[in-house]
Amino acid sequence: MERVLLDEKAVERSINRITHEILEKNQGATHLCLIGIRTGGVFLAKRIRDKIKEIENRELPLGVLDITMYRDDIAKLKAPREVKKTDIPFNVNGMTIVLIDDVLYTGRTTRAAIDAIMDLGRPNKIQLAVLVDRGSRELPIQPDYTGVFYTAATEEEVSVRLREMDGKDEVLLSKLP
Amino acid sequence: MNWTHKDLLGIRELSREEILFLLDTADSFRDISRRAIKKVPTLRGKTVVTLFYEPSTRTRVSFEIAAKRLSADTINMSASSSSTVKGETLMDTARNLEAMRPDVIIMRHSMPGAPLMLSRILDSSVINAGDGSHEHPTQALLDLFTMKERKETLDGLRVAIVGDIVHSRVARSNIFALRKFDTEVTCCAPPTMLPPGLEALGVKVTHNLEEAVANKDVIMMLRIQKERGGASAIPSIREYSSFYCLREAHLRRAKRDVIVMHPGPMNRGVEISDQVADGPCSVILNQVENGVAVRMAVLYLLSGGGA
Repeated sequence: MERVLLDEKAVERSINRITHEILEKNQGATHLCLIGIRTGGVFLAKRIRDKIKEIENRELPLGVLDITMYRDDIAKLKAPREVKKTDIPFNVNGMTIVLIDDVLYTGRTTRAAIDAIMDLGRPNKIQLAVLVDRGSRELPIQPDYTGVFYTAATEEEVSVRLREMDGKDEVLLSKLP
Repeated sequence: MNWTHKDLLGIRELSREEILFLLDTADSFRDISRRAIKKVPTLRGKTVVTLFYEPSTRTRVSFEIAAKRLSADTINMSASSSSTVKGETLMDTARNLEAMRPDVIIMRHSMPGAPLMLSRILDSSVINAGDGSHEHPTQALLDLFTMKERKETLDGLRVAIVGDIVHSRVARSNIFALRKFDTEVTCCAPPTMLPPGLEALGVKVTHNLEEAVANKDVIMMLRIQKERGGASAIPSIREYSSFYCLREAHLRRAKRDVIVMHPGPMNRGVEISDQVADGPCSVILNQVENGVAVRMAVLYLLSGGGA
């Protein structure tokens, strides 16, 4: 059983709204950098960067973050997870960083991402933007920008599909067997 | 891809896909060493023991730096400071170490197969850091990493390996590794430094250095393994170097973008001239840098995960 939480149009509108909120909250795009968390967050980050360029005529620095090295469950995993490249081609010191992910759930990925960024320097601020906040946090972490909030049950799965990898934008809700 | 090996004993038992996966993982770890804060918490709480029964500076330091940059705790043991001098056997030393529950034991020993023997009785992961003239897998992996970094792809490469092949674990591991790709490997040495039956590994053999380096993408020079009797294979060092020392003139016969590699320690003036070792084709120090990244990847894949 699958249910559409956000359809193509709704995903587009959510990203648009998040983009405007980022610019509003930070009073423009100066000292702003975007970092997308692999994999979904990277595509969202690129779209937000493109939209900011349309609005402000300014291309923000964009980084790609793989949090595998910072996971807190490495010792519990059966086999090692693949480590992909982190590519943050700018100095984070003194910047306002908007961290972008597709789904916010326990908050553990965000914690790992914050630690990874802190190891690169001392940003002025880190903000968090997510397309879906599904609740059930295990750490005291809250998003600054949210596409949609939906309290999902543990047995429910929220999956974000993006046209860059799945050919179509939508957020689906399904029951795990 | 799922990494399933508990130990890294040799290149021979790795597949082409596993080698490429390991090199990709190393690529992700390499950037850490170039940052201001050269440490990630990945292997926090893991214990890595280096157990070296043969002298080493590069390999041991490289493993130790790799482990420390991943936040593992490291303990170094060498034969001269261990109970070996009091008559303890290798197996007993290993069992005693295991009782202290290390996660990884990195071992170098003059006996081929010593790490294999250890891996069979220990739950800890064992990494072979060189066993006699058998294998030195992390050296071959860092060599492949360096070749791939410079040449984009391993397939199609023409590689010359020159020197004391018969005693060299580096040559053996590199031959095993390169032959898993579509490469042409030529071994060059005086007849006394070539093992019989080398051709069976799919490599070409020559005794002539000019011929060996012609049209090559990679030239890998090896030192004479005096500790394994390499010096007795030749009449004199002077005579050897007059025939087998890589000089600038040789490089003109190779491809224009040839790279020169050496696993170290180098004997300048014996197998490699100063001009080549310090020249623009030399990637010898890149090999050392890449060694840390490759060893981080090996440590991560062997002990990251698997509770």
